[in-house]
Amino acid sequence: MKAPSPSFFKAMMAIVRKDLAAEFRSRELLSAMLVFSLLVIIIFNFALELDVKVRESVTAGVLWTTFAFAGTLGLNRSMAVEKDRGCMDGLLLAPVDRSAIYFGKAISNLAFMLVVEAIVLPVYSMLYNTNLFQPGLLLVILLGSIGYIAVGTLLAAMSVQTRTRDVMLPILLFPIAIPVLLAAVKASSGFLNGAEFSEILAPLNLLVVYDLIFIAIPLMFFEYVVEE
Amino acid sequence: MQTKPTALKILDVVSLILLGISTYLALFFAPTEAVMGDVQRVFYFHIGTAWVGLLGFVIAAVAGIVYLITKDMRWDRFEVAAVEVSTVFFFITIVLGSIWARPAWNTWWTWDPRLTTAAITELIYIAYFMLRQGIEDPEKRARFGAVYTLLGGLSAPLTFMVIRLFRTIHPVVIGNASAAAEGGFSMTPDMRTAFFFALFAFTVIFVDMIWHRLRLGALEEKVEQLKLNTSL
Repeated sequence: MKAPSPSFFKAMMAIVRKDLAAEFRSRELLSAMLVFSLLVIIIFNFALELDVKVRESVTAGVLWTTFAFAGTLGLNRSMAVEKDRGCMDGLLLAPVDRSAIYFGKAISNLAFMLVVEAIVLPVYSMLYNTNLFQPGLLLVILLGSIGYIAVGTLLAAMSVQTRTRDVMLPILLFPIAIPVLLAAVKASSGFLNGAEFSEILAPLNLLVVYDLIFIAIPLMFFEYVVEE
Repeated sequence: MQTKPTALKILDVVSLILLGISTYLALFFAPTEAVMGDVQRVFYFHIGTAWVGLLGFVIAAVAGIVYLITKDMRWDRFEVAAVEVSTVFFFITIVLGSIWARPAWNTWWTWDPRLTTAAITELIYIAYFMLRQGIEDPEKRARFGAVYTLLGGLSAPLTFMVIRLFRTIHPVVIGNASAAAEGGFSMTPDMRTAFFFALFAFTVIFVDMIWHRLRLGALEEKVEQLKLNTSL
């Protein structure tokens, strides 16, 4: 493979800029993801009776379930807006490498997910009087989000082209994303409960491996998913 | 009208005979396991179906890649055939496993890495069929199917590894199926005969099924073509 040319980065950044600018003006995606995340946390609060003892063991699970659900919402929407009114066809007509389009979409999706997480974390910390701002946990959240978005962007590009596009993404994404979600939960709860680093290392390694594999695969196969 | 090829007819008969012999070996020839008793006999078919189930999923992922390179629809039919046949065999594996687990482990189900991975793999391939159903254009259906089988094939081993992390920290009744695990046993030569014969028999049955499914796929395509022609 050739080394990415400057135009590759330009194309990629152009897509990121377009998505961020559109989102900055409408704020429909982020607000939906945020409100949804808070609702999920409220439901968990009562469904699991999050008192001090329970919280210790389930915080990581609650956080990642919230992120995964909100992430699906964002992924679906961000690809659906491209599909509507033929924006995707316009992007495909541009004389750039298909993987630049993939990376552009993935980076803006990742940005949205990180913004949501950056708001959910302090809210959760405040509501439950725990400090979630630990460097280890933040690293896990970054790695987990990268893996989830990397495979999610590819699958969202597929699901918006199906007849049942509103329901298809979670069904396609969740079974494939199980390794990254579970490894993230494991590593997060390790950091939150102050486990030995040697115990956290294994799920961290898995996160990195997952990220690498599921960035490489879309890079190679994205063109097969978007071509008409 | 295409008639069934003679070789396929012969293979059908051979498959049936092999299944019969394998049943006999599993139920009568192999000695009764000392601890678990007769229920252990489910093992031969459990492994037999699991083997062809996994084989089919690997074949499907490879067929998917070959399809993406060659764009030859025959590879797509091959991929669908492999996934379809394997999904059924794998489901049988899970059911047989549960039947065995109930007396051996005293539970129908446990979240052991193998069991969990098996369940998630089934879900991935059910999602695969739902994905294909939602796409009308056969060529696009084939491309998406190929990419999805590849993703599924890559994520399944990672699922296995990640579940193992959970289990090493929270030990449950059953560890992984190493020799030390509960329900493990060592095979006598007669058991081994029954075991390898079951593997062989199910491989032949698998090939037979795939062949049928390929033929069905080709006929389906023909019908679709004919329908298109009459509607024009």
